[in-house]
Formats: sequence, C-alpha cells, structure tokens
Amino acid sequence: MRGLDLDYMLGLVPVILGYVPLTLFMAVAAMACALVLASLLAVERVIKVPGLDWLVVLFISFFRGTPLLVQLFLFYYGLPQVLSFLTQINGVTAAIMGLTLHFSAYMAEAIRAAITGVDRSQWEAAQSIGMTQGQMMRRIILPQAGRIAAPTLVNYFIDMIKGTSLAFTLGVTEMMGATQKEASGSFLYFEAFLVVALIYWIMVELLNQGQKRLETQLNRAYAR
Amino acid sequence: MISLRGLSKSFGASAVLDGIDLDIADGERVVVIGPSGTGKSTLLRCLNFLDRPEAGTITVGDVSVDAARASKRDVLALRRATAFVFQNYALFANKTAKENIMEALVTVQGRPRAEAEAKALEVLAETGLAEKADSFPAALSGGQQQRVGIGRAMAIGAELMLFDEPTSALDPEWVGEVLDLMRRVAERRQTMLIVTHEMQFAREIADRVVFMEGGRVVEQGPPSQVLDAPQDPRLQRFLRRVG
Repeated sequence: MRGLDLDYMLGLVPVILGYVPLTLFMAVAAMACALVLASLLAVERVIKVPGLDWLVVLFISFFRGTPLLVQLFLFYYGLPQVLSFLTQINGVTAAIMGLTLHFSAYMAEAIRAAITGVDRSQWEAAQSIGMTQGQMMRRIILPQAGRIAAPTLVNYFIDMIKGTSLAFTLGVTEMMGATQKEASGSFLYFEAFLVVALIYWIMVELLNQGQKRLETQLNRAYAR
Repeated sequence: MISLRGLSKSFGASAVLDGIDLDIADGERVVVIGPSGTGKSTLLRCLNFLDRPEAGTITVGDVSVDAARASKRDVLALRRATAFVFQNYALFANKTAKENIMEALVTVQGRPRAEAEAKALEVLAETGLAEKADSFPAALSGGQQQRVGIGRAMAIGAELMLFDEPTSALDPEWVGEVLDLMRRVAERRQTMLIVTHEMQFAREIADRVVFMEGGRVVEQGPPSQVLDAPQDPRLQRFLRRVG
C-alpha cells in the first residue's frame, strides 16, 4: 500500500488534455458520418427498396453482431492485405471509418424506430401537397424523427467518445495512447489511468449537460 | 372541371367506393353527406391518392389519371392539382404557421422563399392569424390550427380543394370560426368538395349536395331539393336521424 502521487497526477493532466482535441475530432467526425449513413440506412429500412433491403439488413446485423475492436483490426490490419489501395490508410482515418460503420448500425435502428414513431398525419400532409418521397423524408419526417431519437443518439455519441480510446490499438496516440506511454515511463499505472479516466468522465458529464439543453431546444416547437 | 368515372376502392372484401361517377364544374361547391362508413372520406382520399383507388379515372383540370395504372408522376401531378384539409388538421409539427403555408410553395412549386413568405403572410392575414405567423402548431388552439390548415390549402392555388370533415375534431367553441373561413373561401368561387356533418352549413354554401350510401351516390341536387324534398327513402331516413 502506497499513497497516490498527486504531484505526478496534476502534472499529467495538461499532457493528456493536449490530446482531447484529437479524441474529439475522431468522435465528431465519426458521429457526423454515422448520422448521415444511419439516416440513409433507416430510411431504406422504412421504405424497403427492393433488392437493397437484404443488404442493409446484413450490414446492420454484421456491425451490431461483432465487437468494435475486431472491426477496427479487420479494417486497419486486415483489409489492406486484400485491397492494396488501403495501404495508405492511417490509424486516425481507420478509427473514424470503424466507429462510423459500427455506430451507424446501432443508430440506424434508433432512427428507424423514431421514423415509425412520427404521427401518420405528418406523412399524409406531406403527400397531400405533392412532395416526393425524398422531400417528405428530408423536410418533414426526419427532422421530427431526429427529435424523438435525439436522447438515444447523444448516448451513442458518448459511447463513441469512449470508443475512440480503441484507436490506440491502431497506433494512434490519442488520450489513451498518450497515457499508456506516460505510464510505461513512470510505472505509475494507477495514477496515470485514473487521470485519463477522470478526464473521460468529465467530458461525458459536460456532454450530458449539453444534452439537457439540446432537448429543451428541440422540444421548444412542441411546447404549449 | 373535375370528373370522376367509375371510381372504385375496396378494403378487403368490402367495396367502399362502388363505381363513383361525379362531375364538378369550375367554381362549384359540392358538399357530400351520408352515414359514417359509406365512403365519403375515402372518396376524398382517393382523389388525392392518400388511398389508392383500384379502378376508374380521375380528371382534375389538365391532369387525368387512370387509377388502375397510375404512375408516381401521375400521383404527384394529381396531388399538386388538389389541396387537402384534414379532419385532424395535420399541420407540420416541426414548422411554424408561416412555414406550414410556405412549405408547398417553396418545396413543391419551387417559388422563391421571399415570394412564398409574402404569400404566407397574406394568407395568414386572411385567416385572421397574422400574429401567429411564428407560432408552432402545438401552441395553437384546434380552431387556429385548422385555419392554418385551410390557409395552407388556399395558398397552393389548387384547382380543387378537398375538405375531409374539417370541423369534426374541433371543440364546439372553435367550429364557428372555421366555418366562417370556409365561407370566405367559397365566396371566391374556389372549387370545393366538402365532406361534413354540418347540415346548416351545407345548406348555406353548397351549390349541390351529394348523398352517398354504401359506396354509391344515391341522390344529388341543389340543397333545397336534396335536404328539403329528399326522394330516396335512405336519404329521408338519414335526414331524420341527423335533423
């Protein structure tokens, strides 16, 4: 039993904070891509394009049915062996791709459920004024589904931020990778990983606060 | 000129529309009455392809559609030639009153935003809701929502306006203001096809009353004839019940 080396911990904080931008960049980039992909997948699941539906079902099944770490290794270490143009891919890009594909599968299901939760009258009103299916989805249905799905989607974003720590296994020096390096130099593993854990925790808590504000904002239109 | 020939629609084994023939002249106001479940709403919904008719032809102005082989393009063209007012208002919940009216003008008709906004404000003023332009539907009363719903249909400038029991979902206190607005629409010789249970209102604004039962047009004519001197026993029975 030994005491915590608080001085070491305090000194480590700015070092790890320096990697917060990279972590956030990966999470935000993957979230943006995943939102677009998930919306497309969800719309397809609702309108069921013949010949495409089975592919989407297969995609969602695979990316929900296998671990994120396995998917990342498959992309980063595996795919370049069969697809030579991928040899140039760096760890950050691979991590963003992996997170995008993995989380879009989950988010597609959340958005699909939200789409079917939009009141029937909204579809009929959009159809009655002569909107095309695309216009109806983009302008009426998806915005309302987005509000229904928002809390769930923020949860996935939180998962995604934590998921970026796996990029360290692809050789990316992000928050987790930097901590690992520091710890192996100082041998103060407990202190180092405690600091990084606290920083992740605070980031997520800040996001939770943001989520509450976002929900108030989104619900404004529906308040009496 | 609106013309329906042999319009038919069934849900499962039961025919809801059993070969409807109906002509409506430009500017004519036609009110459809009849017991519930006799296909009145389905008739309107088929005209807008919210329900897909199985057979028959629908002509609205230059748009003519054969129900049995209507393409996506036909359906859009028909919907753009008609405007629909829903029983439950069906305003876009994510858009303000003004945006609800602008939506069809900008997205469907491709008009510039500024022009659409001016039109929306003009229509809102006519519906007496100018000060509610930036309110979302959830903040409006049922009567106000339905007036925006009618405004949305007015702004489109459609050949034919369809009203599907526009006052049936309203609290009694809001019915009057909605009927008033419909009277003002009628005064402009807008072609209207209205399903309603408001007999007094039908008598007032209808050029022609159509009585439907069992998916067919049983009797039709001017209100004085259909409502005051009904011929068919089924119509007589219906009028005694609602009268």
